[in-house]
Amino acid sequence: MQVRSAPQPGTRDTGSRATRTLGLVTLVGIAWLLAFGLGFSPADRDQRESVRILYVHVPSAWLAYLAFVVTAVASGLYLFRKQHSLGWDHLAGASAEVGVLFMAITLVSGSLWGRLTWGEFWQWDARLTTTAFLFVTYVGYLAVRRLGGDHHQRARRSAVVALLAVLEIPLVHWSVRMWRSLHQEATVLSPDGDVKMDGLMLFSLIVGVIVFTLLYAWMVIHRQRTLTLEDVLDDEGLDAAIVERRREAEQPGVGSVAR
Amino acid sequence: MRRRTVAWAVAVKDLRVERRARVATLQVLPFAAIVMVLFAFALDSTAVVERVAPGLVWLATLFSMLVLVQRQFAVEAADGALDALRVAGVDPAAVFWGKAIALALQLAVLEVLLLGAAVVLYRTELRLDGVVLLVTTWVAATVALATVGTLYGGLAAGTTGRETLLPLLVFPVVAPVLIGATRAVEAALGTVGTPGDGWPWFGLVAVFAVAFGAGGTLAFGPLIDS
Repeated sequence: MQVRSAPQPGTRDTGSRATRTLGLVTLVGIAWLLAFGLGFSPADRDQRESVRILYVHVPSAWLAYLAFVVTAVASGLYLFRKQHSLGWDHLAGASAEVGVLFMAITLVSGSLWGRLTWGEFWQWDARLTTTAFLFVTYVGYLAVRRLGGDHHQRARRSAVVALLAVLEIPLVHWSVRMWRSLHQEATVLSPDGDVKMDGLMLFSLIVGVIVFTLLYAWMVIHRQRTLTLEDVLDDEGLDAAIVERRREAEQPGVGSVAR
Repeated sequence: MRRRTVAWAVAVKDLRVERRARVATLQVLPFAAIVMVLFAFALDSTAVVERVAPGLVWLATLFSMLVLVQRQFAVEAADGALDALRVAGVDPAAVFWGKAIALALQLAVLEVLLLGAAVVLYRTELRLDGVVLLVTTWVAATVALATVGTLYGGLAAGTTGRETLLPLLVFPVVAPVLIGATRAVEAALGTVGTPGDGWPWFGLVAVFAVAFGAGGTLAFGPLIDS
């Protein structure tokens, strides 16, 4: 299967009828989530109003993990398939960018929730620490994507880094879990504590996950197409420069060394 | 040529370059020493410094490793030597292991000297029943750091902005080594717990070393290919 990341020839637009429909559905979904998250769902007995943060926090965390899995799979497909299609590379890059964004939302919303519920912005718990590491690792991945070189060089390099991240994350998680299990007393309220979930709350959370998934798909499609167009522009720019230099060289008097 | 022969040739070449230029002895070692002194200034308490000495030794090693890796690959990239090796058809895995061995040997010496500095400056005391754990952790952590350093050093070699990119890539990756090696050495020295408590931590570091050794063997080729 080839990834169809390239927009139609001649177009400079990343939108299509399908993405516009997807965007519209996502917008309606966001309105729906706002209504349920802020209006219809009740406040929690223990966490009170702060529970509403979870309707953003949980879906964004889930989406960030999904995004990084997509990056890893797309990187693997780029590296190990014979065609070495740049489409996979664009998908990997787009997904990682959106993943980093969602992970930032996860960390910020999580620490705000933590401040309200635990009284602390940050706990050195295994899951939190691994998440922070994941965030920094993928910021590094995005930096590697900007190192320069030709498209395939970039694709190969970043694909290897994405696959190394897959190797690294379980090791980081394992080490941090060992570290915490020996050094920290129990958390005030465990993140997945004994909060029994109300039906409407659970429904709002599911709405959140669906809406964020749609948003993720919409953003990744656009970013993937933008990345493709950037590469096209890069190639065209180079071709145009070569044509121009040739024309200069053909003109008499230009390019010859003055005596 | 067999992979082992090539790897050894690359390692010997790197160490020879180092012996002639003396960057590690004249710049990296004094840098590591000043870092150890700065830690003492920042923490400003003999009791605290004594307690956290193993962590400080590994932190100083990490900082120095970055400098060593930058240097090791700057030498290669300056004259396009790495490309020349590739064009000559040299097995990239052999280049990886050659450079990792050279880095590991330099790190191993540096770590011994830093531990010596900790004994002098931080009043760290070595105990006989922890020696086996100390030595095995020293070997495993050195291999782990050398493989990661070489892998990401190769990636950043010859690119603009490598000085700033390398720490961003390497530090999150080596976090397990820092945690594992620190806890194991703490146990070996008896700062926290007994030597028996340190073996799971050694296990963590050893698994890491094996994983990144294998990862580097496979990934170094695509990384330095241009």
